[in-house]
Amino acid sequence: MASIIDELPLLLQGVVATLQISMLVVVAGSIVGVFGGLGLLFGPIWLRAPLRGYVDVVRGLPLLVTIFIIYYVPPAFDIDISGFAAVVVALSIFAGAHISEIVRGGVASVAKGQSDAAKALGLTFWPRIWSVVLPQALPSIIPPWTNTAIEMVKGSSLAYLVSVSELLFQTYKVVGRTGAAMEIYIAAALLYFAINFAVSRFGAWLERRVRYAL
Amino acid sequence: MTDTGHASTVGEATAPNAPPMVRIRDVHKRFGALEVLKGIDLDVRQGEVVCIIGASGSGKTTLLRCINFLEPYDSGRIYVDGELVGYHERGGRLVPAREKEIARVRAETAMVFQQFNLFPHMTALNNVAFGPIKVRGVAKDAARERARELLARVGLSDKADAYPAQLSGGQQQRVAIARALAMEPKVMLFDEVTSALDPELVGEVLAVMEDLAASHGVTMIVVTHEMMFAREAADRVVFMDGGVIVEAGPPDEVLGAPRSDRLRAFLRRFTTSRGS
Ligand SMILES: Nc1ncnc2c1ncn2[C@@H]1O[C@H](COP(=O)(O)OP(=O)(O)O)[C@@H](O)[C@H]1O
Ligand SMILES: [Mg+2]
Repeated sequence: MASIIDELPLLLQGVVATLQISMLVVVAGSIVGVFGGLGLLFGPIWLRAPLRGYVDVVRGLPLLVTIFIIYYVPPAFDIDISGFAAVVVALSIFAGAHISEIVRGGVASVAKGQSDAAKALGLTFWPRIWSVVLPQALPSIIPPWTNTAIEMVKGSSLAYLVSVSELLFQTYKVVGRTGAAMEIYIAAALLYFAINFAVSRFGAWLERRVRYAL
Repeated sequence: MTDTGHASTVGEATAPNAPPMVRIRDVHKRFGALEVLKGIDLDVRQGEVVCIIGASGSGKTTLLRCINFLEPYDSGRIYVDGELVGYHERGGRLVPAREKEIARVRAETAMVFQQFNLFPHMTALNNVAFGPIKVRGVAKDAARERARELLARVGLSDKADAYPAQLSGGQQQRVAIARALAMEPKVMLFDEVTSALDPELVGEVLAVMEDLAASHGVTMIVVTHEMMFAREAADRVVFMDGGVIVEAGPPDEVLGAPRSDRLRAFLRRFTTSRGS
């Protein structure tokens, strides 16, 4: 038991890296997703068509394949990319595709009369989207968005395959040093669970905040 | 169309020297193969109250939506206070206007919808103050102050902090009228604003509109099935059928002494279906 406590700092380093990856990915993926989703709905055809391709292709790829492509393809063109950067970029591309689709669906579900009313007041596109349409889309966007965030925390564990010292990688290392496989893996599982529990509580809190109707 | 020649003479303004607030000239609009507006001509003077009546599908909503360019029209011209709506004219051709220009014209032509379309995530007060703040750049406090006055005018002083979902249909529609008024528009467009209401709530909304019409402060174009309202509040009644204006004139004449068979048939059907 003492050995686990001793190794805890190593595991916590892993937690920090996992949190860093996840947060970067959720932020980047959300930015890509908001513009991607709006582009899918309102963009001109030259924007819509490639966006559709991006979303459909990425959603059809296993996450690990995306990571390997980002990790192994650039070096072939003499572009250096660290494991950490590759993972963040790959997961962001993945999250961006999923969130694009989530945002597209959420915005499309807002009644057309809302846009009409905002137009009739004289609002141009962006104020209309930010002030009228997106706030009403959020209640249907937040729950699947939370799921995507949780998927990204779990997906970040694949980073250990490209030698990023995130939680799973550190777990593996600690198991090697102590041989206490069961205890260490249980500790890692609890840590993953704690992170995702926090994410899901945060999502529920957000959802309550954006729900206006009674 | 035998009626189009007739239609071109019906919308003339009665004050010859004042330019009309809304000028509609030979407007056509189609949805795919379906031609919904087949050459509409209509002038509406500043302060005038025009009621548009007609059977479902005759193009009334489409005409209103063309006036504030929620629908682009295909040909013809619509001017609001002298400004061409939605386009620029270059060598006799229509060239689409920029988004900002379209938004500016829309801010002058407020619209009240059949389904209210209040913003559900804002209180009644913020629904009313929203346009002036976002579009006119009015300071928030001043806009809210003014919104309170307007809510009082439509009889809803006590509902300022209520969300639309907490209001009855009639109350929501009165907030929507206040929201439109807050823009101090040159023209107000009303599209069957009582049709979605329970019968017992129609009166409170009509009362607000009668009050507005009587003030003659704002030009009103009102699509309605409320014949009593048209008779009492309108300066002019316009009857549309099949995408054209068939008759237009003072309410007594149009409703009391219809000249065309189509209008007679419409009014007859109307009184029998609503007569009970
Ligand atoms: N967006 C649209 N797309 C296709 N057809 C439409 C659209 N809007 C209206 N129409 C058709 O145009 C005709 C006129 O509709 P509308 O202007 O709503 O009539 P009214 O308001 O007099 O009932 C109807 O046949 C309707 O089905
Ligand atoms: Mg209609």
